[in-house]
Amino acid sequence: MELLGRKLGMAQLFDANGNFVGVTVIEAGPCTVLQKKTLDNDGYHAVQIGLGTRKEKNAGKPLIGHCKKANTAPARFIREYRTEEPTQFSVGDKITVKEFQPGQYVDVIGTGKGKGFQGVVRRHKFAGGDMTHGAKGWHRRGGAIGQRLFPGRVFKNMRMPGHMGDVKVTTQNLRVIQVREAENLLLIEGAVPGARGAFVVIRHALKKTKPVAKATK
Amino acid sequence: MNVIEKIQAEQLRTDIVPFKVGDAIKVYSRIKEADRERVQMFSGIVINKQGRGIAETFTVRRISYGEGVERIFPLHSPFIQKIEVERAGNVHRAKLYYLRKRIGKTATKVAEA
Repeated sequence: MELLGRKLGMAQLFDANGNFVGVTVIEAGPCTVLQKKTLDNDGYHAVQIGLGTRKEKNAGKPLIGHCKKANTAPARFIREYRTEEPTQFSVGDKITVKEFQPGQYVDVIGTGKGKGFQGVVRRHKFAGGDMTHGAKGWHRRGGAIGQRLFPGRVFKNMRMPGHMGDVKVTTQNLRVIQVREAENLLLIEGAVPGARGAFVVIRHALKKTKPVAKATK
Repeated sequence: MNVIEKIQAEQLRTDIVPFKVGDAIKVYSRIKEADRERVQMFSGIVINKQGRGIAETFTVRRISYGEGVERIFPLHSPFIQKIEVERAGNVHRAKLYYLRKRIGKTATKVAEA
């Protein structure tokens, strides 16, 4: 089960035990089921869901046509999730925050904030050099990157300065504190990847839910 | 009001009596012990109020068996049952940390309003 949403920001509140917890507020759903992928047709079972709307002038014709099959405006954010069995949802159905209960655990997937071009200390947690003890101009450098005539080249994946952030990040096992159906809000304990306004995917925590016994052949 | 401000605003408690730094107060807090709940009272002088909105807290200081004890309470915590102001103080400081250095009778003395 997955749901698409938009991160609104963070807030603080008292939970049932009186503890003051930081929560991320996510406006999640309602998502429309746009397509059902089946074993016969596509080689696997999956559900494709969409969130939000685009103006028709901003959407390509293939997208408009695709969403029309579910009787909706072109969706802003589309993702699919795989399922073991054919799903109980049908095309055009709405999925809402009702699928989640307070107290359960979820994973949240998003695109982390971009950090720009960063040096090795920030990007790869290198120690850098001494700040004192006579050190001069060798504070945040990475050091040597190779050996001698042999191998005579820099190995692949050598950790060096470069672009950091703006990649897909998953945070696992976050507790759902509140579900507000009327406002389509999910309040999840802790931080979630991405900037305010960023799109995120919320799913039942993979590592906290018992694996469903796979059908044996 | 945006959604986040709304979520925090609806938790603010309006039933708590106003008090100031320097006041001698009694704080009745609910305490959960296993499956039982009881009310505990803590009385002393308010020496600090800080934070805004839902995150506001205050510090109460008292001398207990000759030892100074301080407790920090979140002002809007649902576990505060009630607060009573015993005696209003009249102080010229926002933080009464100077009380920590005092010994004996003066340790709990604050000018009355």
